[in-house]
Amino acid sequence: MRYAIRQQGESRSFPPGDPFHAGASAGGAVMIHLGTPLQADDTKAAILIELGTECLGVHTGEKAGEEGSNVLGFARYRNGADPPSQLVELVRQPNTRPEAIAAAKAVFEAAGLTVVVCSDQVGRIIDRLVRPKYNAALRFLDEGLASAKDMDTTCRLGLGYPDGPIERVERGGLAYHHDVTAALFAATGAAAYAPARRALVAKQRQGSDGS
Amino acid sequence: MTTPIKTVAVCGAGGTMGAGIAIVSARAGFATICYDLAKDSLDRALKQTDGFFAKSVERGKMRAADKDAVMGHLSRTTSLDDLAAADLVIEAVFEELSVKRELFGKLNAICPAHTVFASNTSTLSITEIAGGSGREDRVVGLHFCLPAQLMKLIEVSPGIKTSPATLAAAWAWCEQAGQLPVKTQDKPGFILNALLIPFANDCIRAVEAGVASPADIDTAIKIGLGYKMGPMELLDLIGLDTQVRLCEAFYPATLDPRAAAPPLLRRMVAGGLLGRKSGRGFFTYEAGKMFGG
Repeated sequence: MRYAIRQQGESRSFPPGDPFHAGASAGGAVMIHLGTPLQADDTKAAILIELGTECLGVHTGEKAGEEGSNVLGFARYRNGADPPSQLVELVRQPNTRPEAIAAAKAVFEAAGLTVVVCSDQVGRIIDRLVRPKYNAALRFLDEGLASAKDMDTTCRLGLGYPDGPIERVERGGLAYHHDVTAALFAATGAAAYAPARRALVAKQRQGSDGS
Repeated sequence: MTTPIKTVAVCGAGGTMGAGIAIVSARAGFATICYDLAKDSLDRALKQTDGFFAKSVERGKMRAADKDAVMGHLSRTTSLDDLAAADLVIEAVFEELSVKRELFGKLNAICPAHTVFASNTSTLSITEIAGGSGREDRVVGLHFCLPAQLMKLIEVSPGIKTSPATLAAAWAWCEQAGQLPVKTQDKPGFILNALLIPFANDCIRAVEAGVASPADIDTAIKIGLGYKMGPMELLDLIGLDTQVRLCEAFYPATLDPRAAAPPLLRRMVAGGLLGRKSGRGFFTYEAGKMFGG
């Protein structure tokens, strides 16, 4: 499946030099927007919009649960400053055309990426599920439950994770964690998403230490 | 100065966790008394233990002579009085506060003053378990991970009254047994379950909210985060009824909404969808194969 890219600014999913750019060609059946505004085009098999923390509905508008077309959102999962993972979260709406989903999956899978499909909810799959866990770990650290090292060791050895929650959230960036959880908290009002104290501190210090 | 630990007793040694702890202890050279109420359970566990070590020999991880020596460290009993010889008692009995408190109360009258009591509880408070035991200063949490004979990690938790000497003795035993202790406060779920139980519930709620299918959630977590097993498959393995029990222990102690059993979980358990053991949970299992993943 051929695809074309329109880009403005840097993409978190496909940073400069990512081989995905080289596979693009003008006039592809799938149009991919990386930071450019949506342009509806019913002749395309699929139109894909890279998402940040916002919902797809921000770009398409919504119609009381009847929304959906050939437009999908997507984001390649990335833990803040870490390089992008091989996972693409593909965002659909209730009436998204199955052919558009199939076309989008074909494009990403041909590039060697793994695709999962999710509904248009804030945080998609991973951030929705792991950010509360990172918040809890940061709170436990403040409350003295255990040291950061022991929490990370427990998750690696007790659960078989490749890294622990503290090392992971710090590596990705606490200010980034703040931004993601603030968006989740604004959308859900759930206390579990309220940015942890250490994330607030990092956000407030952002720029003051040259970051 | 504490008495060196030479003899270890494991209560609930007929169960999976207890048998695994007994293996850890015996393998490290400690005389290990396996206690359970039912002799059948102990017999079954001993057979499984023998099989475990036989596999170790087969894989070249252990010499046959060492296997015989390790098996020789294990003894079995259904009489609590036999635990009088123990320097360290580790309980892995039913996860119910009254059961554990009653056990330690009885053992207090049987064991010598120097014996350290350890609880393998995953969700209960060490301080509460120790309360009324008559030796609150000599009770400590030693939470092993399943399968205990393979997992190195032990969460070590002192209760409010646990003495520094007791904590030091338990810590030293973990290291002598070849395990890796990490220290946590006596708070619900310690580290592991405090992070895992709410996370698992969040995953169930995501399925219930139509965010994604169980299979896509597992794929996302495995590919995106590098976990070896997805959370939905792990829930099926643990058992959905077990997750309900964990929530029922954890939520009242924390009042954390994330720790409350999600409605979908309760409906699945009510419908007999318990996970791998019932053949269907978030996935379907037939003849050892998983479907829907």
